[in-house]
Amino acid sequence: MADTLSSFSEALAATVETAGPGVVRVEARRRLPASGIVWSSEGIVVTAYHVVEQEDNIRIGLGDGEAVSATLVGRDPTTDVAVLRAQASDLPAPAWARIDDLRVGHLVLALGRPGQTVQATLGIVSALGESWHTPLGGRMDRYLQTDVTMYPGFSGGPLVDASGRVVGLNTTALLRGVSVTIPAPTLQRVVQGLLAYGKVRRGYLGVGSQPVRLSAALAQQIGQETALLVMSVEPGSPAEQAGLLLGDVIVAVAGEPVRHLDNLLAVLSGELAGKTVAVRLARGGQVQEITVTIGERA
Amino acid sequence: MPALLQQLNADLSSIVEQARRGLVQVRSGRHGAGAGTVWHSEGLIITSAHVVSDDRVEVVLPQGPALEARLLARDVDRDVAALMVDATGLPTIPIGDSRRLRPGQMVLALGHPWGIRGAPTAGVVIGLRFEGSPATPSGREWIVASLHLRPGHSGGPLLDAHGRMIGINTMMNGPEVGVAVPVHVVKAFLREVLGPTSTG
Repeated sequence: MADTLSSFSEALAATVETAGPGVVRVEARRRLPASGIVWSSEGIVVTAYHVVEQEDNIRIGLGDGEAVSATLVGRDPTTDVAVLRAQASDLPAPAWARIDDLRVGHLVLALGRPGQTVQATLGIVSALGESWHTPLGGRMDRYLQTDVTMYPGFSGGPLVDASGRVVGLNTTALLRGVSVTIPAPTLQRVVQGLLAYGKVRRGYLGVGSQPVRLSAALAQQIGQETALLVMSVEPGSPAEQAGLLLGDVIVAVAGEPVRHLDNLLAVLSGELAGKTVAVRLARGGQVQEITVTIGERA
Repeated sequence: MPALLQQLNADLSSIVEQARRGLVQVRSGRHGAGAGTVWHSEGLIITSAHVVSDDRVEVVLPQGPALEARLLARDVDRDVAALMVDATGLPTIPIGDSRRLRPGQMVLALGHPWGIRGAPTAGVVIGLRFEGSPATPSGREWIVASLHLRPGHSGGPLLDAHGRMIGINTMMNGPEVGVAVPVHVVKAFLREVLGPTSTG
């Protein structure tokens, strides 16, 4: 009796054991510790930005029970990613899954290690979408939502597929009330940036703006209802050097429509720093284009 | 692959059907009814200490008759109580090994949530002794699982994927965390209060 269910149960436990050694405890806040994923065997650990509340005295708890000290390499609030360097080598780096192999409805496990032992919970993939931008403007390569319950201390831990391979990093901080996973391609990009520069390079334009509704004629000509009215131009900024003026209405940057401030932040969060791009704007009721060399936010 | 899911469903329903035979209702004090689990066919019933709030305890067997129960022992720290009813040949649930649980394993809890008799909830073992949670008394052994335990589940059995009892449901720790007393803790309790021969 119950052979299928018990095989299923054993397979789940085996999956946890496959991925478990690559899940570490991250002690970087006063409250309950959170979780992290071994990124490379040389001691690089990736975790969630929001669980790293201190820059010093960070400790990493390993799967074998040992705890080592770690330093903060860098962190990016826009994608909720932080990179730590643990004073350890020969760490067990987990295998990574291809997100394209995942389908809505697939079983997935969320793993965490807020204490000594690995903890797990089961769920299914609820949504799998295209790229999106977080409220802070970070670019996510895929939208991945699950129904796994994120227990205290699970943030920063992996979402693993049915074969125990890591799909991404779970966080509760990006969107309220839903379990969102930062997909592997985004981690790859952000971690490389943090390892190289200690931060994610973000483009800088140098305008203060607010969204405005376009006149009916302009809206029809441009094909969008709203755009960004320039309220201030910072002295010496890329915007000033390019000749942007108070009262200009920015409708597109680098070919991307700008309807709200989020759109501008999103396009600037890409790899535009140092590049010369076209800014399409409405000035005095006329649509025109100027070129701007995007700066880098300090 | 749908055949696999149908087989899982068949396994789940047969486990529930078997285990319900060893599931009783426990009424005590002014609270609503809790659950209880037949431990021994000669009338030994295990429930949660917090379900037994009064000296007068009544046990309702699955087939209906309500029996007066005698409170043998009660341990508030471990949240376990032992009751005795005057009955023989009660169906029991096979007892499993709660020392060998692994995170990710399937578990089912049975009870009477909000008075719904014999309702199961399923989940997986999150961990053993949920270190993460301040609401779980530390220094004790617990099974922590992703279960929707509700009032009325307390005292009912927690089962593994073979349908073996591995714990007694005790509390919820948040809406999606169920906590159970492992059966090896229940055995230790029974050894202490009843002597070595009574635990079977």
